[in-house]
Amino acid sequence: MSDTTPLLDVSGLTKHFPIKGGFPIRRTVGAVQAVDGLDFQVAEGESLGLVGESGCGKSTTGRLITRLLEPTAGTITYRGQDISHANRKELAPIRSEIQMIFQDPYASLNPRHTVGKIISGPMEINGINPPGGREKRVRELLEIVGLNPEHYNRFPHEFSGGQRQRIGVARALALEPKLIVADEPVSALDVSIQAQVVNLLQKVQRELGIAFVFIAHDLAIVRHFSQRVAVMYLGKIVEIGDREDLYDNPRHPYTRALLSAVPEATVDEEPRERIRLTGDVPSPINPPSGCRFRTRCWKATEKCATEAPPLVQAEGNKPGHLTACHYPETEPTIPAPRLSKDPEAAA
Amino acid sequence: MTSTDSQPFLSVKDLKVHFSTEDGVVKAVDGLSFDLVRGKTLGIVGESGSGKSVTNLAILGLHNPDSTAIDGSIELDGEELNGAPEKRLEHLRGNKMAMIFQDALASLSPYHTIGTQIGEVYRKHTGASKAESRARAIEMLKRVGIPQPDRRVDSYPHEFSGGMRQRAMIAMALVCDPELLIADEPTTALDVTVQAQIMDLLKDLQREFGTAIIFITHDLGVIADIADDVLVMYGGRCVERGPKAEVLRTPQHPYTFGLLGSMPSLDGPVDVPLNPIPGSPPSLLNPPTGCRFHPRCAFAEKVPDGRCAKERPLLEIVDGRGSACHLTDEQRREYLTDTAAKAH
Repeated sequence: MSDTTPLLDVSGLTKHFPIKGGFPIRRTVGAVQAVDGLDFQVAEGESLGLVGESGCGKSTTGRLITRLLEPTAGTITYRGQDISHANRKELAPIRSEIQMIFQDPYASLNPRHTVGKIISGPMEINGINPPGGREKRVRELLEIVGLNPEHYNRFPHEFSGGQRQRIGVARALALEPKLIVADEPVSALDVSIQAQVVNLLQKVQRELGIAFVFIAHDLAIVRHFSQRVAVMYLGKIVEIGDREDLYDNPRHPYTRALLSAVPEATVDEEPRERIRLTGDVPSPINPPSGCRFRTRCWKATEKCATEAPPLVQAEGNKPGHLTACHYPETEPTIPAPRLSKDPEAAA
Repeated sequence: MTSTDSQPFLSVKDLKVHFSTEDGVVKAVDGLSFDLVRGKTLGIVGESGSGKSVTNLAILGLHNPDSTAIDGSIELDGEELNGAPEKRLEHLRGNKMAMIFQDALASLSPYHTIGTQIGEVYRKHTGASKAESRARAIEMLKRVGIPQPDRRVDSYPHEFSGGMRQRAMIAMALVCDPELLIADEPTTALDVTVQAQIMDLLKDLQREFGTAIIFITHDLGVIADIADDVLVMYGGRCVERGPKAEVLRTPQHPYTFGLLGSMPSLDGPVDVPLNPIPGSPPSLLNPPTGCRFHPRCAFAEKVPDGRCAKERPLLEIVDGRGSACHLTDEQRREYLTDTAAKAH
């Protein structure tokens, strides 16, 4: 971390969704602990990847940063200003600097609006009149994202999935944001199209110096796109670090298991390290005590059940590579599968 | 087991599936042939709209005959399925061939317990009693690795997690020991750690029962893990076929090559842009002439006389390996192998 103020500083970020009881008195009977105490920073022009399985809280994190949701606890500081509980009016100037790209290019564009109207929407709302008019700016944006500026008057249904995602990118760029939260921007696209959109985002990030929070479940794409990566499990960051450190020297057992489960399109002479986790992710309504991964971890001990491991620089880690584990992995790779494949043994 | 080793268990020849729509005829599958032997897994890869699912619904006879024209031959263990009476297909489905779908929640009835749904299949095909089919359901749930199967048999689908539902659906598909299992993107909706569990399970079950599996996916990584042979589909046709290792290491068709090149890997270079395939998949209402991939192909201009746009390349399979492309072997070696080696 440099000593300059980061663009985005998140500390102790927590979001619990209350669960209401039934008729007649809808009392709060519990809470889904979607995000529970996240700390991370994003520097200007940097891309931070958030990975994890479904339900780990990565999308909720994205919605908290963009303040589509209000955090239960913790602070979100954007360029030195605390926006955790800012109201609509206070948020207005910031909203134009933090934009979002959504997963589903079919659901995120209004089918009754032309491309021109969709992309100029953010400018209209914020009362921005770029030199030469909004239409000129929209045509420029279409050009930047690789679409034909002539398509200004077309409707979303006239475009393919990949092209629609480009429209979404153009809309996010319309206000010259400093930070873009991209929530699974390519997972709804065909394999041959994914690379097109990843390249476009990378071009945008480099040329316009925009910082990204890149949320995805595809570990290979995150590695390709983000300089730093945070791995989440059940609402907590279990490991965060530069991509080289994290992918080449994962210290948290969950990171290892996750990486080893990714099927790769190569035929290896020697099979890769394979860790098979048993069971499913526990419910975030009632997460395990102590370390949340302990119910599926092959190293778990008494200590893991009583004491939540802090996210710290484990011994042997490079600076900035933090791991939340009492027993971080030390060997470069784990040899044979260590887990029993019989789920009954684990149950 | 009636067939010998030399005779394929499933043989699809020149299969055509055309749908009549208001806008015209959609040629979803247009001349597809492949064979599958017992105990092997054929991986079918392709993007959305390439015809992979349509092919398999045709094998199972699940298309609506009023709006679908199916042409060609589908032979299962020597028996012709195309045009077979519905009664016969109904008997074969679930008994001799079974299917696993992508979305387990949508494929299970929310109003019936898991046990009832698995037992129903068994009762229908074997005429077993309620008690027998319940015992069989418990046995199957145990086999697919659901903890406490005697208790879970009375659960409803919503009480199961995504991975458990997929296991339950596999149990339902395998309850009558089918000899052909068609898995249509069975792991796409699952997390990677659960996906790995399900693929291990399918491999174990195949080893045990000798089931022939058709595994449909868009993920070449999954193919590398589970398939023996690979069939790559594009625009309703097979563009390349062969043993897994050969297709992934030395792709012959520019499309396969492009797919492999456009995927980032966990240990590849990070500071170079990916190599996407330009353009988007074709519309099957109005497919490109000649080779359906030619508008997106980087090598189409290397073929003289614009043959790629005029002439449909034939799929020549020698020893189970081949591709449908006009490039000569030398050109292929020059363009495809070099860069493939670089990318991986």
